[in-house]
Order: sequence, then structure tokens, then C-alpha cells
Amino acid sequence: MTAYSEFSVGEPIADTAAPDGPIESRWERRRFGVKLVNPANKRKMRIIVVGTGLAGGSAAATLAEAGYQVTSFCYQDSPRRAHSIAAQGGINAAKNYRNDGDSVQRLFYDTVKGGDFRAREANVHRLAEISVQIIDQCVAQGVPFAREYGGLLDNRSFGGVQVSRTFYAKGQTGQQLLLGAYQALERQIDAGRVEMHTRHEMLELVVVDGRARGVVVRDMVTGEIETHLADAVVLASGGYGNVFYLSTNAKGCNVTATWRAHRKGALFANPCFTQIHPTCIPVSGEHQSKLTLMSESLRNDGRIWVPAQAGDTRSPKDIPEDERDYFLERQYPAFGNLVPRDIASRAAKNVCDAGRGVGPSGLGVYLDFSEIIERTGRDAVAARYGNLFDIYERITGEDPYEVPMRIYPAVHYTMGGLWVDYDLQSTIPGLFVVGEANFSDHGANRLGASALMQGLADGYFVLPTTIGDYLATSRLEPVAADAPEVREARAQVTERIERLLAVDGTRTVDSFHRELGHIMWDHCGMERTEEGLRKALDLISELRREFWRSVKVPGSADTLNQSLEKAGRVADFLELGELMCLDALHRTESCGGHFRAESQADGEAERDDEHFSYVAAWEFTGAGEAPVLHKEDLVFDHVTPSQRSYK
Amino acid sequence: MVSLVPRTNGDAPTRRTPRPSSVQLKYVMAVSGAVMFLYLVAHMVGNLKIFFGAESLDLYAAWLRVVGAPALPEQTVLWLVRVVLLAAVVGHIVAATILARRASRARPVKYAHRSRVAGSYAARTMRWGGVIVALFIVYHILDLTTGTLNPNGVYGEVYANLVADFAPQRWYVTAFYVVSILALTLHLRHGLWSALQSLGRTRGGNLAALRATANVVAIALAAGFLVVPLSITFGLVS
Amino acid sequence: MRLTLKIWRQEAPGATGRMVGYQVDDADEDMSFLELLDVLNEKLILSGDEPVAFDHDCREGICGSCAMVINGEPHGPQKATTACQLHLRHFRDGETIVVEPWRAAAFPVVKDLVTDRSAFDRVIAAGGYISAPTGAAPDAHATPVPKANADRAFTAAACIGCGACVAACPNGSASLFLGAKITHLGELPQGRPEQDDRVVRMVEQHDAEGFGGCTNTGACTVSCPKEIPLDVISQLNRDYLHATTGSRRSA
Repeated sequence: MTAYSEFSVGEPIADTAAPDGPIESRWERRRFGVKLVNPANKRKMRIIVVGTGLAGGSAAATLAEAGYQVTSFCYQDSPRRAHSIAAQGGINAAKNYRNDGDSVQRLFYDTVKGGDFRAREANVHRLAEISVQIIDQCVAQGVPFAREYGGLLDNRSFGGVQVSRTFYAKGQTGQQLLLGAYQALERQIDAGRVEMHTRHEMLELVVVDGRARGVVVRDMVTGEIETHLADAVVLASGGYGNVFYLSTNAKGCNVTATWRAHRKGALFANPCFTQIHPTCIPVSGEHQSKLTLMSESLRNDGRIWVPAQAGDTRSPKDIPEDERDYFLERQYPAFGNLVPRDIASRAAKNVCDAGRGVGPSGLGVYLDFSEIIERTGRDAVAARYGNLFDIYERITGEDPYEVPMRIYPAVHYTMGGLWVDYDLQSTIPGLFVVGEANFSDHGANRLGASALMQGLADGYFVLPTTIGDYLATSRLEPVAADAPEVREARAQVTERIERLLAVDGTRTVDSFHRELGHIMWDHCGMERTEEGLRKALDLISELRREFWRSVKVPGSADTLNQSLEKAGRVADFLELGELMCLDALHRTESCGGHFRAESQADGEAERDDEHFSYVAAWEFTGAGEAPVLHKEDLVFDHVTPSQRSYK
Repeated sequence: MVSLVPRTNGDAPTRRTPRPSSVQLKYVMAVSGAVMFLYLVAHMVGNLKIFFGAESLDLYAAWLRVVGAPALPEQTVLWLVRVVLLAAVVGHIVAATILARRASRARPVKYAHRSRVAGSYAARTMRWGGVIVALFIVYHILDLTTGTLNPNGVYGEVYANLVADFAPQRWYVTAFYVVSILALTLHLRHGLWSALQSLGRTRGGNLAALRATANVVAIALAAGFLVVPLSITFGLVS
Repeated sequence: MRLTLKIWRQEAPGATGRMVGYQVDDADEDMSFLELLDVLNEKLILSGDEPVAFDHDCREGICGSCAMVINGEPHGPQKATTACQLHLRHFRDGETIVVEPWRAAAFPVVKDLVTDRSAFDRVIAAGGYISAPTGAAPDAHATPVPKANADRAFTAAACIGCGACVAACPNGSASLFLGAKITHLGELPQGRPEQDDRVVRMVEQHDAEGFGGCTNTGACTVSCPKEIPLDVISQLNRDYLHATTGSRRSA
């Protein structure tokens, strides 16, 4: 057996679904090129959708509207609770309602550049085109976006771009968009076109004759293992940020659905591309169970600083102006506190590593509003940020009007995911992946307010078009409920559950998860080195063995058992973590959220287009066994890659 | 009216939709309550005639029987009012009973830890308050309408009946009357703005003002009713 | 901090449950209430007991998963705060805290503190939407919405569907939840065409689910972590009256 890090390089892969030719008309040509399914046949076809967030909810509703039979699953008790609901800031669209020079072309350009030239041009252009339809669709559904006194929609600028293209609903944009999709979904459930299964978790993919034909799920209340068969399967199960244990993701977010598909043959692309958000509330102790984001918009008016001297424990009010280090303003005079997320996060980490962090743990920097409060008054600040200040006070017990906020970076989003072609189809025919679960359109770094855009573009517009082509062109024979592939998938699920319960060791699932999180954060977090990543690979593989030796899962499999649910998820995270470290290890360049300490110039990230202008898509060969790397070369015809500079 | 096509509901347990709907029951509560409230205002104002002397009050009482005559036979209006009032009382009680029964079915298990959450005031007072008021009405009719329980009990001698009823030595009757009026006041404090809410006439901006108004009106009504028996008991009217 | 917890334990739907006392000696005032339960559960697992089951997910007060009555109040004593955002600094050292599931016939207990709130989904499915199939939408600026209406719609739309209103209501009524959706969609021009149909269907489903009727106690709005105002119920009543009296609408 070869060491895990000694991966081999397999055949390159290519996206064969995207048409060639002028980028502006590729999506139109693709839409014309797809084979259509006869409406009478749609009624006979069933599509499984796993996950009910923005991508899954909108996809299920739209597919049902189109006439397909849909079976939808979510692990929450209601489809309305998927984690898209927690997105705060907004959603981008190239509407150019401000007449400030925005266009589809500019949104396309900003997104490719923001992703540090590691995304596909054709996908991103399509995303920018569809962005305008999304806003129309959501308004028609009754999403209460912020409006001006004239009754028209308001916009704000976001994430350091120079145009105002972000549509928002206070700090609850994700919630409002999700409720729109959820209500459309409920309408289809009521019409009998969607069969909804809440509190069901997908634990295995059923692949028959090389095609995705169903899923094995566990009813989380009764523990029953169920098989659901269909003509195609859509995964919309979100990102895997919880591999870090502490992240801004919901506690239930997990990689199991996509990881099980990966194990069945779907390639996993760019797993190491993780977004670390700079403005989160710092960890307060070992009991910490999750991290809370403070909207990026706070950086518009707050000034970030730390004491100039290490070990300065005075209260912030007692530190005079000339003994403070406004490090972002100092290092990046042109952009100051508004540098992109990856840069701000790394700078905060550096000052804390130098012993100048603040707060009880020393892992925090001040985000100070005293100047703007003095300049515009407390009421003006409250009008703009009141609800964020309230959240902060609720969690920390400190009043940010009086004491500067303390913030620290936290894992927020994962750009990597299952590899998909232009049609959003994975390397397993019939398995489609949408939203954060796919490796998507964000390259190595995601710009603010673009996750919601991508989820809804995939679910409302792209997938419902492209999946029809697959269904129209494939001859799909019915699968018997007792086909060998089905029985095998079920057996894998029950065997794994039995194994988890049988260990009956001495450590809780959470203790393993927390330890994995520490390893990932320390070695595969904001700054990665060859040494650290190799160490992490060793630690994770040891931890995985330890997990299967001494995890303790109480209770039984035939009832609501939250420890068992967590155990299965952590077992998959333990395999994913290894792949993330390997991906980070092999990519010896710095790009976007992936910063290799070895690859920098003047303290700034240095990209290596000559060697790494590709998507790294990994093939699973066995747990702990060296995977195979397939490269998809990235071609830039319309945007010329350049080194980002914010000085 | 909206036409409803029956629809399937997935694997949801099929339950019978209770009729009338919960919102319709609220309308019944609101409208019947409003009728009774308007009657109470008229009743209270009429009572105050006692301060203009026995002749004034008794004449007023006699007029109530002949109002509408000669166009209508005597007592027509009186009985019309009584019938409407009876319908309101019955409607109010029936709707309240149905709502209370549905409430106890909807909340079969009590919390082990009971807290004094703001807003539960109404729930705590409306139901038993309503029962006290209903019992009082029965007594009140036997006492001062039919005269059955009245120590004087002469038909038409309203002033004399009242003075006899609330005489200082019969302080307990006055006390019961006071308690009942206080229960009515509490009932109205909630009921008045609640009726407007049930009929969809409240708005975020006017909710506080409406509640304050309801308090003032309820207290004014109580004062108007209480001043009569108390004045007799304490010898100001004899 | 040292805290005593009295928690409702119930093995399965329909099983007999009981209050069980637990002691947590190493609570920290910076912990959230759910983190306190995490700490307790870790101890229970290691000592061979079953941990307390409770619904939770985002832990930032927006998904609406967490649902527990803490010392008699849904989501606990802090105003406008879900249980996941409630921190132990609001409790005294040595305090005894009573934790119970939502109590309502329409929300049967599944296990311990976990209840089945799918009734809410069915109420939404009955009409809590605007029929706007994908692709059929006009330009977003085709219909301006006065800011006052948009703001009121947003205030009502902030509902997270947690069910605290039902848990607090002595009648077990979901009128605040219902009124919030009626108000959200009814305030917007896009929602008007289905206004009458929506309110009748949703009230019918609400009653069929076994929620009680509203008696305007106001307990719901006091417990609502998103402070949905009581006047959404007034709006519900008004719309229902309009829809059922047939004064301005035929058939």
C-alpha cells in the first residue's frame, strides 16, 4: 500500500458540455442544444433532490413546476431551515439599476478575478447572465427586498467591488430568499408533485450500470433505512466547512451526501479551497460549539487595530492613539480596511501570531467604531448596524457602542466540492450537483453576495434546463427494488451503522470532531506549509484509526439518535480532511483562500499560473489510500490572469 | 365566498376541519360583545337618573316600556332589545365555550414551570371573569327585573327597590355587586380592544392607544355603575 | 458556575415522560444555553446514559430549529432571543433551570425536547406562497412597492417558524405565525391576487392541525424571538372577513 500522499496523476478531464464560441452566447446555444423531454414523459420521470437550501429548494420546486415527479430530502425538521437561511449580506445581480457602469461583463470579470483565476470562464459568464433573472424571480415570489421611498429596489456595494449591485433584505437576505424557494416548494408539495421527506439523511448513493439511480436514506426519527429510486439524482447538500468543527456553518452541515457520492466514483474538485471570513466573533472557550459571523459591511465604517506592543493588556480605551497599530491601513494604504476577505483574515492571523492579539485568548483584533460614532452620532451608527451590534452584545455581553468589538477570522464557505461539467453533471452520469456542494463558479475565493446568486442560478435556471438533456438522451430501464446494487448500498449503510454502534469505546463523537477541527485549523487553515500539511496527514490518519477504535455512540439505531447521526458525519469528515490536506499539499502555489507560506512575494500571495492553472479533481481509491488526481486545464480567453495587488 | 377545491396533503394525517373556523368564532365574540357593551352604556346612563330623584327614575323606567308607542304596541322595543341581548349573551357564551374547549384540546399538557408571562393576564381573567359576570346577571335579573329576590320587589317602584336592595344592613349585596362590576371591568379592559383586534381594526401604531382607551372606558363604566349602590349603602341616596 | 437542570425526558412519541434532574458544575457564563446542554450530553454519554435530544442547527438565531421552554418561557427569559443565543450570564450561580419541550397538541413530542412541527409546513403549503413559476417573472422594477408596505412585509417575513408563539399561547393557537405570513404576502402587490384564497385555506389548515383559536392574549408576541407584532393577527382577521363576507368578491 502506498502512502496517502503519494497520489498518482490520472487522465486529464475536460468539460465537454459547454459549447465553444463567443462566451456571450454559450448559454443560449446550450439551451438551444439540449434535447427536450416530452411533457407527457416528464410526468413519468422521477428526480431525487437531496437538500432544501437555496439550490435544492429552488431546484425541487422548479423541476416539479416543469412536470417531473420530485422526491426531496432534508435532515432538518423542515425544508425552511436549511443553512442558506443564515446568509446575511445580499445577492449580486448585474441589473445596473444604479447606472454606475455595471454590466454582465463586469460581474463576470469581477467574479473571475475575485476567484483568483481558478474558475471556469463559461460557468461564471452564465452566472452573471442569470443573475438578473434571479432578482425578477424572487421579487415575483414576494421576497421583501429593501426598497427606497420611490418604491424601487435599493442596492448597496459589497465585498470591495466598485459598483452597487447587491440586493438585500436587511441582514437577512438569505432567510428571505430561502423562504421564497421554500414557499414555492411547499406549493408543489401541496399539489402532490413533490414528495417531501424531512428528518431524512442521505447515507448512500445507488449507482446502477454506471448511472446514479437512487439514494439510501435513514429516517432520523424511526431509524428506518429506506431506498428511493429515480431517473436522476441531484445533490444540493451544501458545503463542508464543518470539517473544521468550528465554523459559521450550522451544526448539522456535513459532507456525507457528497462524500458518499465521491466514494462511488464522483470526482471531488479543489477540496482545499476554503473561505475564511475575517469578521467573526472570537472563540470564548473550549465549550464553543460554533462561530457567528458579523457582516462584512461592518468593515465599511469600523477601523481594525491591535496594540503596537505585544503583551499590552490595557483596556482598549487606555491605549493612546500612537500606541495602536491600524495594521490593514498601514499595510494596504489603497484599500485599507476594505481589502478582500482572504487578505484581511491573513493579516489578522499574523498580528495575533506575533502576540499582539486581544481578548482573553489572544486570538482577536479590535473593530473599533468610536470614530464613526463621534463623527456621525450613536443614532446614525445604530440605524446602520443596530441589529449587528445587538447580536454581538447578546453573544459577548459587551456593548460595542462603548467597547471596540473583538473579531477573528472563521471558516465560512467552501469553494471546493464535487466536480461538475457545464451541465452541473458530475462524473457519474445522472448525478447532478448544485450550489455550494459542487466545486462551482467561485474559483479559489468567493466574493461577497455571490453564494446566494450561484445557488439560485443553479436551482432555478441551470439545472432544470440541463437535466432534461440527460433524461431525454438516456435510455433508463426501471431499477428493481432488490437489484444487487440496491441491496449492496443498503448493506453498506446498515453495516456502517452497526459498526459505529459496536465500537462502544471511551470517547465521544464531539471530542473527535473537535480534535479534527484543531488539526485542520492549525495546518490547513489560513496559512499552509508543506511541513504542517504532512504533519496533519499523519495526525488525521491516526485520529481516524483512533475513531474506529474508541468512539462511543450510545443508544440504538432504531430511534432518534443524534450521536449516531454525528458519528457518521464525523467519520466522513475524517476522510475528507485527509483529502483537503493532500490537495493543499500538492498545490504549491498561493491562490485566493489557499495560502502556501512557501509561495509568496513581499509577504503577498503568489499564484503560479504556469503550473497550477487547473482544477484538481480527485478520484477516490479507498479510505486512507492514495487517490488519483485528474486535472482540468483552465483556459482564459476573455480575462487575462494578473497578480492581485491591494497596496 | 371563496371556493375551495379539496386537495391532498401528502402523508399528513387527515383531520376534519372544525367548524365554525377559529376566526369566525372570534367574530362572534367581538360582535356579541359589542352589542352587550352598547347595552351596558345605555343601562349605566339610565341608572344615573337615581340622582334626580325617585320620580325621575321611575318615570324613566316606565318610559322604557312604552318607548315606540303608539306606533308599536307597548313593550315591543323592550322585548326587541331583550331578544337581541339574549342572542348576544348566548352567542358569546357558546363561542367562548367552543374556543375554550378547543384551547384545552390544543394544549393538553401544562408546563411544569409556570411563569407570569406578560400577556397571559387576559387568559387568566377572561374565563372566570366571564363566569362571575354571567352568574351576576342571573342574580341581577331575579333581583331588579323580576323582583323575586328583592326585599321591596314592587313592579315599577324602581327607586324604592334599589334603596331597599342596597340598604346599609344589606352590605353583602352591595359587596357582591361591587365584585361583579370589578370582574366586568377587567373583562371589558381586554374585551374592548380585543373586539377591534378580532375584527381586524387595529394597527401597530394604534394598539397602545386603543388599549389605554379601553382601560379608560372600562373604568368610567365601572364608576358609573358603582356610584349608585355605593351612594345608597353609604346613605347619600335614600 | 454550578447549575441544576430539570429536563423533560421522553423516549419516544407517545411514551410517558418525566422531569429528570441533572447537575452541571463547570458551566461558564460565556456559554450559550445549548452549549450547556452540549456539556451535559458529553457527560451523559461518557457515563453510559443517553444524551438529551434537542433540535438545533444554525445556532445564530435564524433557522428556527431550537425550541425549548426554559423556566416557563419559550426560548427563556431574554427578550427577542432564541435559546441558542441565550447565554448563561443571564442566570445565577446555583440556579435551578426547568427545561421542557413545546407543549401543544399540534406539536407532538418526538423525543425529549424534540417536537414535530410539520404542521407549520402544512399551513404554509395550504396557501402561504405566491404562485410565480420560475421563468414567468416580469422585471423586478415593473411593480414599485411603497417603502412602508415593503417594510411592513419584511417585519412580518422575519418569522423563523420556531413555534414559540404556539408554545406560549394558552390556547395553543398559531395565529401569530399565520398572521405573519398573511401580512408578509398581503402587503406586496405580487401577493394580492391570491389574498382571499390564501387566508381561507391557511385558516382552514390551521384549525385542522389542531391549533386553538386566538383570544388576543398577546403572549405570542411577547415570546416571539423576532418580535413579530400583534397587529399581524388583526390583519389576518381583517383579510379573512374580507374573503368570507363576499362583499367585494364573487365566486
